[in-house]
Amino acid sequence: MDRREFLRRAGAAGLCVAGSVLGAAWLYDPRGGADYFRNEEAKKTALLKSYRVERGPGAVTMSVVRGKDPEKMVRAGLDAMGGISSFVQKGDVVLIKPNVAFDRAPALGATTSPEVLRAVVLTCREAGARRVIVADNPINQPEGCFFKSGIQQAATDAGADVMLPKPNAFSLVKINGEVLKTWSAFYQPLDEATKVIGIAPCKDHNLCSASMTMKNWYGLLGGRRNQFHQQIHAVIADFARMIQPTFVVLDATRVLMQNGPTGGKLSDVQEADMLVIGTDMVAVDTFGYTLFGRDPQKLEYVYRAEARGLGSTKWKEQNWREVLAG
Amino acid sequence: MRITRVRLISQIFFAGLALFFAFVTQFSYLKGYPVSLFLEVDPLVAIASSIAAHTLYRGLAWSLVILIPTLLLGRFFCNWICPYGSLHQLVGWLFNTRAIKERMASNQYRQWFALKYYILVGMLVAAAFGSLQIGLLDPICLFFRSLSVSILPAADMALGWIYLQPFLYQFAWVTGFIVFFFVSMNVVIPRFFCRVVCPLGATLGLLSRFSLCRVDREEEKCVNCNLCLQRCEGASDPQSALRKSECTVCLNCIDDCPHGALSFRMLPPSSHEKAMPDLGRRRVIFAGVTGLLFFSFSRASGEISKNFRKEVMRPPGSIAETEFLKRCVKCGQCMRVCPTNVLQPAGFEAGVEGIWTPVMNMRMGYCELNCTLCGQVCPTGAIQKISIAQKLGAGEFSDLGPIRTGTAFVDQGRCLPWAMDTPCVVCQEVCPISPKAIVTRDVDVVNRWGKPVRLNRPYVDPVLCNGCGICEHECPVRDYRAIRVTTVGETRSRDRSLLLK
Repeated sequence: MDRREFLRRAGAAGLCVAGSVLGAAWLYDPRGGADYFRNEEAKKTALLKSYRVERGPGAVTMSVVRGKDPEKMVRAGLDAMGGISSFVQKGDVVLIKPNVAFDRAPALGATTSPEVLRAVVLTCREAGARRVIVADNPINQPEGCFFKSGIQQAATDAGADVMLPKPNAFSLVKINGEVLKTWSAFYQPLDEATKVIGIAPCKDHNLCSASMTMKNWYGLLGGRRNQFHQQIHAVIADFARMIQPTFVVLDATRVLMQNGPTGGKLSDVQEADMLVIGTDMVAVDTFGYTLFGRDPQKLEYVYRAEARGLGSTKWKEQNWREVLAG
Repeated sequence: MRITRVRLISQIFFAGLALFFAFVTQFSYLKGYPVSLFLEVDPLVAIASSIAAHTLYRGLAWSLVILIPTLLLGRFFCNWICPYGSLHQLVGWLFNTRAIKERMASNQYRQWFALKYYILVGMLVAAAFGSLQIGLLDPICLFFRSLSVSILPAADMALGWIYLQPFLYQFAWVTGFIVFFFVSMNVVIPRFFCRVVCPLGATLGLLSRFSLCRVDREEEKCVNCNLCLQRCEGASDPQSALRKSECTVCLNCIDDCPHGALSFRMLPPSSHEKAMPDLGRRRVIFAGVTGLLFFSFSRASGEISKNFRKEVMRPPGSIAETEFLKRCVKCGQCMRVCPTNVLQPAGFEAGVEGIWTPVMNMRMGYCELNCTLCGQVCPTGAIQKISIAQKLGAGEFSDLGPIRTGTAFVDQGRCLPWAMDTPCVVCQEVCPISPKAIVTRDVDVVNRWGKPVRLNRPYVDPVLCNGCGICEHECPVRDYRAIRVTTVGETRSRDRSLLLK
């Protein structure tokens, strides 16, 4: 063997040895079990940004609209609060979160009314929104829910993009609530959006008595959300900590009075011809609960949220308006 | 244009069409396409299901579109239309690295190619007794089933855009392995599946006996060079007396004959052909007895009568189990179209006869209340075409009542409000019936720490429950659910009902 050959072979062997050692050093993980599990949990979670708009002290925080024509009602309600332009500016990306949880026709009152959604999308477009996203993570099969609820059609017709819950659109967010610390959320639209609007139907609920604008955010979460029921009121109050929407719309054009939250019969539904628009979800839901004619104390989650400073149940003391529209 | 070019275009067209149908058989793309057309034109599906069930279900009459031309032209389906055949031809072509001599040898007829006829006989005898098994090996059933429960889900694992959320099927790997096996066999014997196994090819081969046209060799022109064998797809001996039952009408031999001795002719002299496959009479009887034994042994095991399994919940609209097994061809169309993934191919739980028939697995999905897609795509009526009103027993169907696929039972030993002083009732929340089929009785207890807890304890109303299984699907006790649906109470058979009325 000549010298050159020897050097080449020894060099190659040496590089392999050095590569193995460096590779091992690079991948070496000295953590113990406790570190491992804690770090995984804490890694890359962030609080959601606030989507709230700062408005003056005299601003109207809630408008209650009565009428028959959803589009006129949405416009009248927003106008009473200073118009859509005080919430959505040119270039905004608006995420609208309807409740499309179930595979139901709109008349059954289990999902957000497509006319109300359409009207909100249109006003956002008129205010100059660059993009309007409509997203939800339904309980039933997503494509079926978006199709049969009419939300898909209404959203696309009005110029919004529907975003369906693909597994890779979810990531862990920090909530820092009483019960929920971190949870998997439908993050992709939340990340892209600069404004967030919730449009919730007004529904009876078997466990928490009523599902309205606060409970609506359940639909932006993923993971094992069927555990929420074990402490449902605390969890719904946590939603108010998790997200600060630009405003919410309580769609009480129809109210699902019984057999909620799924309904299933027209006789479960009552026409109430009302919309409530507001910036304080706690106030909106407290007001909305009066439509059921039940003991107000039974809506435990609003009081829990109020106690944590996440809103007020005393809507009468706020600056609210009552409007009649067409 | 050469006729073999036309054939190739036809093969590409039909393979593309089959893939297109398989792809659009899901909720977002379904727009009234006749997605089960290939299964409906399949003469073996029509013949065998008629033998078993004594009726020709709806679209199966379309099989005449293949059957009649076969009587004129021979087994053209295999090499002009069948997507599974085209797949094997393609793979055989890709791996064909043989020299011409070896190639000619590989396309020579071998006696054991007759196996497919014995398979067919056995399956038809079993069908006559009421056990329809042709779907195990029928190439169209095999093709669509493999795509639905194995290939597409596997492709989605790699690509991620085929479904919104991954669809999973039990034993996808077994189905996948079977495809892999048959495809790989082309490397050893070209078109192994078509020549040796395919019961549809066997059916068409037997029908070709009467065909008026075939490839014919003019002996005066032929120099016995055997070059016609180099690309013969069917291994049908075009170099001597043509085996009509094996010829798949690929017409490659006409292209390859350097002396123009071969042509596709109407009514050539029958002395130059072997009209029937060479079958031994005793072997045929043996095959028939095997089919009978399959039927008897499987029925003697009891899975479809006394020992029926609580997990074998059939999709809504399914007919009673013994009738179901006369019609289901295991094509997997229902599993493909099901929007929730609840429909799964059975393993052995429905008996050996029931392999790959659809069963509902509530861990995988649930039956969507306002959905009857499975019955719309079923080619044989094992799952009847029902409307939503009929499924719900509404309007004109109120005399029939709602279709029930089973009944939900609460496991009080595992249910959180029942056993663990913990509020829950997700099952009641998601129950889609109005009024809800799950009711609660609310009890106030003091837990071991002295804290008062209100528990809504669920009960199932067996009159209202239709066995959709969304309660089981959403139950937070993930591993072994605290509410589970079993077959009892299903409306398709009086024997399995639960309540007197």
